[in-house]
Amino acid sequence: MSDYKRVIVIFPHPDDETFGAGGTLASLVDAGSKVTYWCGTLGEMGRNMGNPVFANRETLSTYRKKELDEAAGVLGIDVVHLGYRDKTIEFEVLEEMVTHLRTKLEEAKPDLVITHFPGYAVHPDHDALGRAAVEAVKEMKEEERPDVWMHAISNETSEDLGAPAILKDISDYWDTKWKAIRTHLSQADGMVDLINREDQLERLKTERFYTLDQLQ
Amino acid sequence: MMEPIKPEKVQDIIDNFSEKPVYVHLETTNGAYASHFNEKAHNVGAFIRNAHVTYEHGKIISTGGGYRVGLKLELGWVYAEGLTDYEVDEHNRLLMAGHDEQGRLMVALEISETPFAHEADYHE
Ligand SMILES: [Zn+2]
Repeated sequence: MSDYKRVIVIFPHPDDETFGAGGTLASLVDAGSKVTYWCGTLGEMGRNMGNPVFANRETLSTYRKKELDEAAGVLGIDVVHLGYRDKTIEFEVLEEMVTHLRTKLEEAKPDLVITHFPGYAVHPDHDALGRAAVEAVKEMKEEERPDVWMHAISNETSEDLGAPAILKDISDYWDTKWKAIRTHLSQADGMVDLINREDQLERLKTERFYTLDQLQ
Repeated sequence: MMEPIKPEKVQDIIDNFSEKPVYVHLETTNGAYASHFNEKAHNVGAFIRNAHVTYEHGKIISTGGGYRVGLKLELGWVYAEGLTDYEVDEHNRLLMAGHDEQGRLMVALEISETPFAHEADYHE
């Protein structure tokens, strides 16, 4: 049995769930957790349009939404859309986002929240939504507060933050993660590109998360 | 589906949108990860969505490898360089974009008589 009954994943883009945490999510589901992905945006300003190109700026959101539904099926998770716009999250009013997320978290009552490590997640949307998610959890009553695992991406991560508290070898779930990666067809080429880089492949097979006490 | 720009055709469409209020989406990007994968690279990007403008006339110019489009406004210009592909979609919008060799969008210029969606498009 999983230590966690109810897991909420908060990332801004369709594919963040797979790329950063796909193996972990699949293993949590396997162990009996109910996992829901609160997806911030539809990734509609993404640069990858498929290779060869099949999407355009106006149809990309529709493709990415469908791709996410398929990936969620592969991983065994549910999806809820938060309705923010790609590339603009950092310009929203932080307090409003925090309240939005806190209210939803109080309702969902998760015992684990997975999000990005604010300031170490490279994409401005990752940093901004991670910040809002962390603040939202901090605002919750202590007895209701879930554990928080934060995914960091930046090249300075280990140097600045040290070793992550949670290190998941997801080799057993690599096939599932790979299948989920492939469902993100419009983005897959950019990803597969990465996987061809030895160091990046290793990163994808070990998923790392920092915990709240590691927050600076 | 987008296809390589046919300049005469695109010029006709640009002409048809002239002298009436239109919505413009203009964008350029080199991706949010440029400096993550190459520390000497610099992330560059800009977009404006649903700029409501009226242009007197517009032109598409071939540069050999791609196209530039300029739209002359009463008080200024709309300009894009590096456009390679175009499409007129089912909403009669002119969508133009420039892609790199991996199909990644580098620049986009789109013109429409109705505002561009703010939400996902569920029409299909
Ligand atoms: Zn992302």
